[in-house]
Amino acid sequence: MSIIDQTIEWFGEPDRWSWTESEGIPYRTVEHLQFSVLALAISAVLTIPPALWLAHYRRAQFLATSAVNIGRAIPSFGLVILFWFLASRLEADTTFWPLMLALVALALPPLFTNTYAGVIQLEQETVDAARGTGYREWQIMLRLELPLASPVILAGARVAFLQLVATVAIGAIVNDGGGLGRYIVDGFALGDPGHGEILAGGIAVVVLALVCEAVFALITRAVTPRGLAIQSRAETRS
Amino acid sequence: MFPVSAQGGRPLFEWRWVDRNLDEIFERLGEHITLTAAALAIGLVVSIGVSVLSLRRRWFYVVALSAAGSLYVIPSLGAFAVLVPFTGLTSFTTAVIPLATYTLLILIRNIVTGVEQVPKEVREAALGMGFTRTRLLWQVELPLALPVVIAGLRVAAVTTIGLVTVTSMLGKGGLGYFIRAGIQTATPNPTSIIVGVGLSVVLAVLVDLLLWLGGRALAPWSRKAASR
Repeated sequence: MSIIDQTIEWFGEPDRWSWTESEGIPYRTVEHLQFSVLALAISAVLTIPPALWLAHYRRAQFLATSAVNIGRAIPSFGLVILFWFLASRLEADTTFWPLMLALVALALPPLFTNTYAGVIQLEQETVDAARGTGYREWQIMLRLELPLASPVILAGARVAFLQLVATVAIGAIVNDGGGLGRYIVDGFALGDPGHGEILAGGIAVVVLALVCEAVFALITRAVTPRGLAIQSRAETRS
Repeated sequence: MFPVSAQGGRPLFEWRWVDRNLDEIFERLGEHITLTAAALAIGLVVSIGVSVLSLRRRWFYVVALSAAGSLYVIPSLGAFAVLVPFTGLTSFTTAVIPLATYTLLILIRNIVTGVEQVPKEVREAALGMGFTRTRLLWQVELPLALPVVIAGLRVAAVTTIGLVTVTSMLGKGGLGYFIRAGIQTATPNPTSIIVGVGLSVVLAVLVDLLLWLGGRALAPWSRKAASR
């Protein structure tokens, strides 16, 4: 039986489209997204406020520029397994927190750096004008710098989310759940007969990533302040 | 340092293990470097070709960037999984194709941006001296774009070194082999995991440093530009 037939057969198995059974692709997709979205939310809460504050007062410049470089050097695969190992050593629960901690650690650098860079690149005149109109410092941060930096912050969130979706799949190597990566890892464990499952799992992961990317593009467009959107449209036209 | 070492199992780090496995460590390190170098070389050759075409035709650049962007979005494990049935479970090709595709986005973008930021006067001077478009590109524009290209190459190299560890799923994997082997024994072997992760980080930092130094040596003028 060819690989394509194997794959088609795999997609047609009973329970494959179930939302409630662990064999189901929808079930695993939801699991995959839960991990990714929660990790992104935790990382955003942890990084955006301090980055906003530090950038407003121009502190920790070195950290902001080097964070992403350091983050890039750490292999996500190693990080997931390292956290899993530490949790199992501490006899803690190994199904949720080790993976979540690894995910958050991977999402922090791009979010922090982009928030910082987004605020730094604003023109000083804009900030001074707001100050002159009587805005307090926290109001400048929240009502001016945060919205104006939002496209750059979202670009960072997009990079981070990409990394998260990819890493949740890797998490299936040590995790019972592991979202859609489950199928790939299980398929590898089966050897040759698992090729259909590997390919099917691979397709599922790739489709999920592409859909997430498209949704992110839509969110970016919706959240970008209208003034900035008009400005960038004018720039691309000229 | 960790309370965990008291709770049985193997100690967190055993030099004895490192000593005993030195040969394999060097072998896997070599594998890691080979995979990274192959992926970067392929990525660079393809990117230069695509960039040359992109510089001639704007629409091609738009198409090439969005294609490279879509490839970049694909999770590594997913990419390997999709290729395995076609290129084999433990093949070098299966590992190298996704690794090389991930470098395209950053390399193409940096080569094109690097060439485009070459001052107009420089270009006009060269054309005035009788340079053809092709000679202009290879002898003036690309060398002047070098700092930006190297910057992209550094990002691509560091990212690739991290991703090579994932290829251990394919029985390749260079240093990723130790990360995986560490959890596959009856009692997990922390030394193996730490060696795998640690050496991979060290390798990434070293390669980044080497490329930075190489870039400075090849484009000494960029130092002045950067310090502005």
